[in-house]
Amino acid sequence: MRIAIASGKGGTGKTTVAVSLALARGNVQVLDCDVEDPDAALLLHPQVSCVEPVTVLVPELVPERCTSCSECAAACAFGAIVFAAGRFFLNEELCKDCGACYLVCGEQALAPRAREIGTLTRGEARAGVTLISGNLHPGEAMASPLIERVKARAAADRPVIIDAPPGTACSMVHAIEGANLCVLVTEPTPYGRHDLEQALDVAALLKIRTAVVINRSDLGDSGVRGLCAARGVPVLMEIPFDQGLAEAYAAGRPALEAGPRFRPLFEELWDRVVQAAGSAERFPTRSRFKEHAE
Amino acid sequence: MKVAISATAASLEATIDPRFGRSAHLLIVDTGSGQIVGGGRNEFADAKGGAGTNVAQRVVDAGAEAVLTGSVGPKAIEVLLACKVRCYVGAKGTVREALAALERGELKETKASTAPGRGGRS
Repeated sequence: MRIAIASGKGGTGKTTVAVSLALARGNVQVLDCDVEDPDAALLLHPQVSCVEPVTVLVPELVPERCTSCSECAAACAFGAIVFAAGRFFLNEELCKDCGACYLVCGEQALAPRAREIGTLTRGEARAGVTLISGNLHPGEAMASPLIERVKARAAADRPVIIDAPPGTACSMVHAIEGANLCVLVTEPTPYGRHDLEQALDVAALLKIRTAVVINRSDLGDSGVRGLCAARGVPVLMEIPFDQGLAEAYAAGRPALEAGPRFRPLFEELWDRVVQAAGSAERFPTRSRFKEHAE
Repeated sequence: MKVAISATAASLEATIDPRFGRSAHLLIVDTGSGQIVGGGRNEFADAKGGAGTNVAQRVVDAGAEAVLTGSVGPKAIEVLLACKVRCYVGAKGTVREALAALERGELKETKASTAPGRGGRS
């Protein structure tokens, strides 16, 4: 089972919910797919077991084979290859590795070369939570290949919780694609409502079930609730504003550990998530795991 | 000598467009006659990415030996310099005035980018 935690609007509490949900369930994999700002590790404090480079392939010229026909430049839909004065120039950040240039090059004068766009970090946190984080190098434009790599690393034997990036563009789409349920964390403000609606639209296009968690639920207005009612989206949890939660967050501690009353709330959230995902848990139950972990 | 000039319109009286890759027009002017001999609207002005390198390619294809513009980014200048095109930056006023400034040796030739790279993105 794959559960994506997304939001539309940034700063609503995606990572807070993803991490506490993971710790409440235990024995899960958290995929930090917010690769431009992967910060689940700041709350989960995993023991890092491996860091590896993530690369994409870009074409490199084999000069002795090139006849300067410039067909590769004509075939590049992204303007990444330029031929000027018979010379090959590659704007490698623009390359999407579509492969067209290799196909049109009759001389086989292009060879794929690996270019590092980020890293992938794997670590073990408490309660049997495995964290796999993607970390895109600053300035890199293509988050999606890295997100795909992070997602490919998840094993099939344990549930997956995906911490998605904010927004509703490519990287968010790639992060939530294939999820059984997308939990959208929002706040009851006009901004929260606006961005929630966009996120709901994206999930609908992808045919992914949605549910909502309203953070700081006692502040703001009623727009988010009205939207959820109108769209028939279940609200799984409301988290009222709590100074203790904010203090825990500021100290790098998960919401679950901000006070004894929070664990049962997130355990209940997990049950509701499973229900909303519409699939019975085919994994070891929480109670069984608890004996093993605690 | 042919010179490529970034301009806001296709006229010697048009204002210099300070952007190289995303200029509205790219004019090819023959310094001997002082007339526009080629170029036109820049098809890459609103390109998603790669405007600088693609315009640089057009400059080279047009046989221009120099570029007159406001500033050039790192990817574009790599192409231009590799193809032996001289880059003069800081051009101001009209195309005609910039050409006169070039003639008087008042424009700065650069061998390095004078604008921040944008990673190929718009």
